[in-house]
Amino acid sequence: MKPMTHLQRLEAESIFIIREVAATAENPVMLYSIGKDSAVMLHLAMKAFAPGKPPFPLLHVDTTWKFREMIEFRDRRAKELGLDLIVHINEDGVRAGVNPFASGSRLHTDVMKTEGLKQALEKYRFDAAFGGARRDEEKSRAKERVFSLRSAEHRWEPKNQRPEPWRLFNTRKRQGESFRVFPLSNWTESDVWDYVALENIPVVPLYFARKRPVVKRDGMLIMRDDERMELRPGESVEEMEVRFRTLGCYPLTGAVRSQARDLPGIISEMRSSRSSEREGRLIDRDGGASMEEKKQEGYF
Amino acid sequence: MSSALKPLPVDAIPAVDASAAAIAQDETFAGPAPDGVAAPAASLLRFITCGSVDDGKSTLIGRLLHDTNSVFDDQMEALERDSRKFGTTGEDLDFALLVDGLSAEREQGITIDVAYRYFSTARRAFIIADTPGHEQYTRNMATGASQADLAIILVDARKGILPQTRRHSFITSMVGIRSVIVAINKMDLVGFDRAVFERIEADYRAILPQLGFTDIAFVPISAKGGDNIAARSASTPWYEGQTLLERLESVRPETLEPEGAPFRLPVQWVNRPNLDFRGFCGTAASGRIARGDAVVSLPSGRTSRVKAVFGPDGEVEAGFAGEALTLTLDDEIDASRGDVIVARGDTLRATRTLSVDLLWMSERPLIAGRRLIARIASAQTPALVRTLDEAVDIHSYRPRQTSALAMNEIGKVTLALERPTVAAPYADTRELGALILIDPMTNETAALGVVRAIAAEPGIQDAGVPAAAASASRFERARAQWLGTAAGRPRLAAPLVRFRAAAAILLGLLALLFGLGLPGAVLLALIDFTLRPFLWRLFTPEPKPGETNRPDEVGDGAGI
Repeated sequence: MKPMTHLQRLEAESIFIIREVAATAENPVMLYSIGKDSAVMLHLAMKAFAPGKPPFPLLHVDTTWKFREMIEFRDRRAKELGLDLIVHINEDGVRAGVNPFASGSRLHTDVMKTEGLKQALEKYRFDAAFGGARRDEEKSRAKERVFSLRSAEHRWEPKNQRPEPWRLFNTRKRQGESFRVFPLSNWTESDVWDYVALENIPVVPLYFARKRPVVKRDGMLIMRDDERMELRPGESVEEMEVRFRTLGCYPLTGAVRSQARDLPGIISEMRSSRSSEREGRLIDRDGGASMEEKKQEGYF
Repeated sequence: MSSALKPLPVDAIPAVDASAAAIAQDETFAGPAPDGVAAPAASLLRFITCGSVDDGKSTLIGRLLHDTNSVFDDQMEALERDSRKFGTTGEDLDFALLVDGLSAEREQGITIDVAYRYFSTARRAFIIADTPGHEQYTRNMATGASQADLAIILVDARKGILPQTRRHSFITSMVGIRSVIVAINKMDLVGFDRAVFERIEADYRAILPQLGFTDIAFVPISAKGGDNIAARSASTPWYEGQTLLERLESVRPETLEPEGAPFRLPVQWVNRPNLDFRGFCGTAASGRIARGDAVVSLPSGRTSRVKAVFGPDGEVEAGFAGEALTLTLDDEIDASRGDVIVARGDTLRATRTLSVDLLWMSERPLIAGRRLIARIASAQTPALVRTLDEAVDIHSYRPRQTSALAMNEIGKVTLALERPTVAAPYADTRELGALILIDPMTNETAALGVVRAIAAEPGIQDAGVPAAAASASRFERARAQWLGTAAGRPRLAAPLVRFRAAAAILLGLLALLFGLGLPGAVLLALIDFTLRPFLWRLFTPEPKPGETNRPDEVGDGAGI
């Protein structure tokens, strides 16, 4: 046995999972959400198939409300790596005028993200989709399988999941069923950042502290990324040094005040942090088991 | 099956070296920290918590997370809210709510599924699989145990050893865990009485000989009050051992993989980015491989040499057990998913008959004659449960005769595999000795099992045999079928040969009946006997490696 560090063991496990999908799925796809977890997952996929390229495209479900820096980063990374990138927007949602301000976070996420994802999976007939979700993110994710079977209607049945002993993943499914596969299941937020630092993986600059235009709203700091965000009476835009622990739609993602301008800064800040990573996510807060309900409806 | 578990003298427990320096030097765990970054915990311990319902597993984990400062402020606030709403602890915080995430669990106050939790201390990173206590969810407990290095077995001080304690201990032992901590919980409810603790310890030691644990500790705790978990309890001055957390931080669990094992790589995927590159990808199950090493691909028996070894960061001099590798070889040998590349001289071989200890996990009971799909490492093949040899009585650990295995029962079966598959006893190698059985009708994972023994078979290659003998051309396969064996001499007793002979005689008799003369009837019978296997070859598709040869069944859309 050669000594293997904690991160090397996680890396080997993830590469194994990614190769398992390539070997068994007919039409896999990697969901790329542009965040740090996606960046790590993509990096692992590049390793798993070197010297070749990953034998599947990337899919980004664009809600049209992502930070502009995320979109620039996405297009640049896909070009640099020479990967096939599919961008899907739920046009029905756009036509119906769904947006995070008028419709509320829940409807916006349901329509633009969950419905958008289902549309894309059906349109391209993907039978396995990689996601960057980690079990340590949220309570109901702590029970998620690595290979999570979804019915033809994309539903997740928490009581009907297959046991996954050892590394023996049962990859059989019926016509119309699909898998969501989570190669980063056993990584923690801290593992992800340690690995980003160790491997020099490029991430969106929004993770690093900088002066940014923010508005205080509902106890959160929301960055006003474009003119579509209208100010309510009494609100004003302030320049503050902030960064983001997670990235999503800009109106729904709270910033944190920080001076961590580089990776070592982020890592030491995270190690001393007293709040969880998803605290800045509005969508997690609709009741205790809301993430579980979202998953049953097909959200990641 | 219980006979497979060797009794070990209980006093032969190695002393645990608890110094941090020893762990830092422990080669399995040591590793550099990235520059300019606070060092992440270098070593990793995966453990499970198991035991009977209401033994306080979820509470213990909540407590471990809380006492190691792994709970964030917003999660604590949510816990306070939830404790008021669903709590079962009156005014106090209900730590179980930290870990029971699914709404059905919160309402019923039980843990349905395995929940994975992550925390770390300065000395170690931990992955906990919190497993359900209910008998009906035994399969989830077994799943968690199969990936763990250590088990914490909880016992309620008021109840002592329960059937479920014995069941979980047995499964823990079956999947090869050798290090256990028996945490005797709810000591506060028995007044921290030393006699109670010692009685339960003696009761548990009485069942140890059948379990083969080599490294065992007993700790008196109260998960609710935090006694002897992260901090020593003032209520147990009579207890001189380590706290639970000290034990978790310092234990060095035994792994099953012996040192100096030969190189074995189950082929997971063949990487062909261009015509000049054919890389065999997989995670090395054991051993070490370097450029120039002689290797054999099983079951075909073809030999070659390693041209290059690629690790996760590109080409390397050598690859090791546990690493995700890609090998290129000097010769264009045809290995594919399900094959195993081994060092030349390895005694490993493909087999068709396995003796397996199973945990049955499906609602429909298992009876002999059931057809399932076996998955061993990366290989997948249809399998017939030839005999159901015995079931294990979970209370006495004694074997008993049975005609069916019900859900969550453990038994020993003999499996007949449709295709020769590389496997080895679990005691020698976890990777090639662990299996699952899949129900081809529902696709559910119906059983998990460990290989106890493999049957010797003539005519199937092991890595010590020259490759020429193993070439399996179309002609060879047809010849093998015609003779009823892969070996050179015909086997008249082979079922297929007997069937053909009977069919030929029947055809001859029919010919006589319809007025054909005797010579004509004999000739017809001979022609039938000779040509039938070739007709069979003509109309049945060639099974691709790793594919189930059942074109009429619902496909999994995955080519396997």
